[in-house]
Amino acid sequence: MTLRTETFILNAGPQHPSTHGVFRMRFTLDGEVIQDVEPVFGYLHRGIEKLAEGLTYSQDIVFTDRLDYLASMTNNQAYVLAVEKLAGIQVPERAEYLRVIMAELMRISSHLMAVGFLLNDIGAFLTPLLYMYREREKILDLYDMVCGQRLTYNYMRIGGVSQDIPEEFVPALKRFIDSLPRFIKEYEQLLETNEIVLIRTKNVGTLSKESAINYSAAGPVLRASGIKWDIRKADPYSVYSRFKFEIPTGIKGDVYDRYRVRIEEMHQSIAIIKQAMEQIPQGEIQTKVSRVLKPAKGEAYGRIEGPKGELGFYLVSDGGTNPYRLHVRPPSLINLTALRELLIGVKIADAMAIFGSIDICVGEVDR
Amino acid sequence: MKLKNYGEGIVKGMAVTMKNALRRPITTQYPEQKLNVSRRTRGNQLVWNKEACIACSMCARACPVNCITMVTSRDENKKLKVDKMDYDAGVCIFCGLCVEACPQKCLFLSTDYEKARYSRKDLQLTKEDILMTEKSKPSGYYSPEHEAKLPIQTLLIDRK
Amino acid sequence: MSIFSNVIPTVIHAAPLAPDWPSGFWSHLIIFVVILFIFYIFMAMAFIYFERRVISRFQIRIGPNRIGPFGLFQPVADVIKILIKEDIIPGNVDKIIYILAPAVAVVPSILVFAVIPFQNGTALIDLNIGILYIVAISSVSTVGLVMAGWSSNNKYALISAMRIIAQVVSYEIPMALAILGVVLFSGTLSMNGIVQAQTVPYILLQPLGFVIYFLASMAEINRTPFDLLEAEGEIVAGFNIEYSGFKFALFFLTEYAEAIAVSAIITTLYLGGWKGPFLPPILWFLIKVFAVFALIIWVRATLPRLRIDQVMGFAWKCLLPLAILNLLITACQVVFWPALSQWIIAGVNIVLSAVLVVLWSRFFRLTGDKVEA
Repeated sequence: MTLRTETFILNAGPQHPSTHGVFRMRFTLDGEVIQDVEPVFGYLHRGIEKLAEGLTYSQDIVFTDRLDYLASMTNNQAYVLAVEKLAGIQVPERAEYLRVIMAELMRISSHLMAVGFLLNDIGAFLTPLLYMYREREKILDLYDMVCGQRLTYNYMRIGGVSQDIPEEFVPALKRFIDSLPRFIKEYEQLLETNEIVLIRTKNVGTLSKESAINYSAAGPVLRASGIKWDIRKADPYSVYSRFKFEIPTGIKGDVYDRYRVRIEEMHQSIAIIKQAMEQIPQGEIQTKVSRVLKPAKGEAYGRIEGPKGELGFYLVSDGGTNPYRLHVRPPSLINLTALRELLIGVKIADAMAIFGSIDICVGEVDR
Repeated sequence: MKLKNYGEGIVKGMAVTMKNALRRPITTQYPEQKLNVSRRTRGNQLVWNKEACIACSMCARACPVNCITMVTSRDENKKLKVDKMDYDAGVCIFCGLCVEACPQKCLFLSTDYEKARYSRKDLQLTKEDILMTEKSKPSGYYSPEHEAKLPIQTLLIDRK
Repeated sequence: MSIFSNVIPTVIHAAPLAPDWPSGFWSHLIIFVVILFIFYIFMAMAFIYFERRVISRFQIRIGPNRIGPFGLFQPVADVIKILIKEDIIPGNVDKIIYILAPAVAVVPSILVFAVIPFQNGTALIDLNIGILYIVAISSVSTVGLVMAGWSSNNKYALISAMRIIAQVVSYEIPMALAILGVVLFSGTLSMNGIVQAQTVPYILLQPLGFVIYFLASMAEINRTPFDLLEAEGEIVAGFNIEYSGFKFALFFLTEYAEAIAVSAIITTLYLGGWKGPFLPPILWFLIKVFAVFALIIWVRATLPRLRIDQVMGFAWKCLLPLAILNLLITACQVVFWPALSQWIIAGVNIVLSAVLVVLWSRFFRLTGDKVEA
């Protein structure tokens, strides 16, 4: 007597505790093993690229905050870089150093969130997440001191930054940077040798080198598969060529390697901030730029190394006050093209861990 | 490092959790205790200094979401004056571009954050609601003289 | 009290049980049943409150402290909230099984309390097959959970029901074998007899058995790290996804009743029940029960959850052989050296358990592929 089995369709719908935001996946399951997955997104589409054509260049900075709302500073930096390339504007030195400090703090905060939520998805009932949030709270206090907001900063302007740092910023930053490595070490002790975390994350969701390059993955996903590619070293922008830091890579490309790469990148960011704090000169913080900017006709593509991958802005100008076309290269969406290959043949419990390790933000996927 | 999977990692993890359990909790009992907000905070309402305003409408032009509606006219001395200034606090995204755009520095954001209302109509304010009085609390965003008067922000890294 | 001993015994007669209780079988039964219910409900509420406060301290925050002084009325507010919620029965569920499932789940977990001794000889009834009765009754509540999962007509509930069957059945066997070690040392199956036979607490005499029983019973009551039956991340709430109102309150109560039962059983079997120097025995019993529950909460706050095939591998390849070895060693000690002092046996057993655990971990692979650093 042969056994007849059937596959069934399970809908991990837009409202689910584990998908980071409104993201829907339709699994085709055979028992507990996934045969096929169909991601459906677009629930958070706000039309940012079309809205940006109705506003001037300096008003568009407000919209770029809301793309990847967990890493707003780096979004601002990428857009401002693209506009400065288009219009040929020079940025003073002090502004560049301030931008680097803010961007590296943002990278630490975003990686803290990513690692904390990955562990929450595996099942550690909120405890590591709340430890991460305590450290992220200190970063948000620093941002609050400089620009007045905690989530959507609107800090960088075309030609510099908007405000200078107050005097109590530097001692507070120094205290935070000195206390952070001890906390990361304690966090590693919680999870480094924990057998359950190792069993759940090793050899799960392996992305080989060729696949990673073929899917044009970027950021920690690419580096965990063993490829040493970081835009801060390969195509340096701002003043990154003056700092000494390394690029951590993984070996196999599984979930454990992506988690390790993010923790090591936090250490490298701490090193960059320390060097920037020593080298920062005095000076002005914004070059004089007319209120309504009219760059020459042309196009430009500005890209940076964001916490989730390569974030790029493509601008086309026709000589007017508004951009003719603004297009965003979202790292989350392009990293997600590898999802189908990674998820076929694993069990449901692993699917959530893999999805959490790619680290997406739905505001960027849908724009 | 050879993996010893007889449970040593689990015990070390539990030691970390116990060490954290013996720290002081970091919650603030709102509304009995309130923390000091930042001196440059972008709070929930505009504050308008009517005497210094020259009715140039730069704030309305700088706003990305068009939440300020200004109607101006010339009076008998051929100077501009403001007839109607409607500010919709429900649409405003508190970006501060209007504060930055004002040439006379007569527009500020406030340090108040408890501005919830029960209906959407209560959030559409006219120019009388946002006038600067002694009770309004302007914040120090883009105005150093107000920033110097506010108390210092409480930081989490100071509380241990 | 004297009314009962004057009026009733001429009508009903039975063997008097403990000397300080009113004589009369029915009076003893009714009073104790009422006291047990009150105890059960208060302990459930106390455990809910205790768990929420203690887990919040592990997460460096304060737990609920608004309702009542120190938040003591929080469980009362929870109960009132659940009871006034609307009781929805979805359209195409299997009606009879859907309505019966919470009752089948909750009744066995209360029946376990009938044999747990609170003081010397004070149980509802001191069966001389006490521990066997507990093992038999506590497996019945699984049937209730599977009924709930099947009748809900929902794919998430179905996955959860399949996982429940696999997990609970696998962990029954190491649990029973670990209990057999205790029974060999004490010589009796009655719960009060086991407590009275512990001059040295059995946690020292059987450290391996304690660890096995602790892990197996955490798997039975769906607690982290084995709580994949109602894992929030993957199968949102598992078998009780379609329940609301009073039926959901019964499922919720089942979990806490099983947790109280497991803590009480571990106290009785391994920690010496109500024995202790200065304080009254009932107070020692409560302190020990809360201590075991605090250990369960500590494990929940730290560890992530396992996958279903890792859970099954752990039960069949790791716990079962270790339980059999434990039984073998205990039987040898009881047969060949019955007169040896128990402290020496305790020392030998601790060393042997450590050696066994380290040795087993060298040969043990959970899923067939080698985990290296």
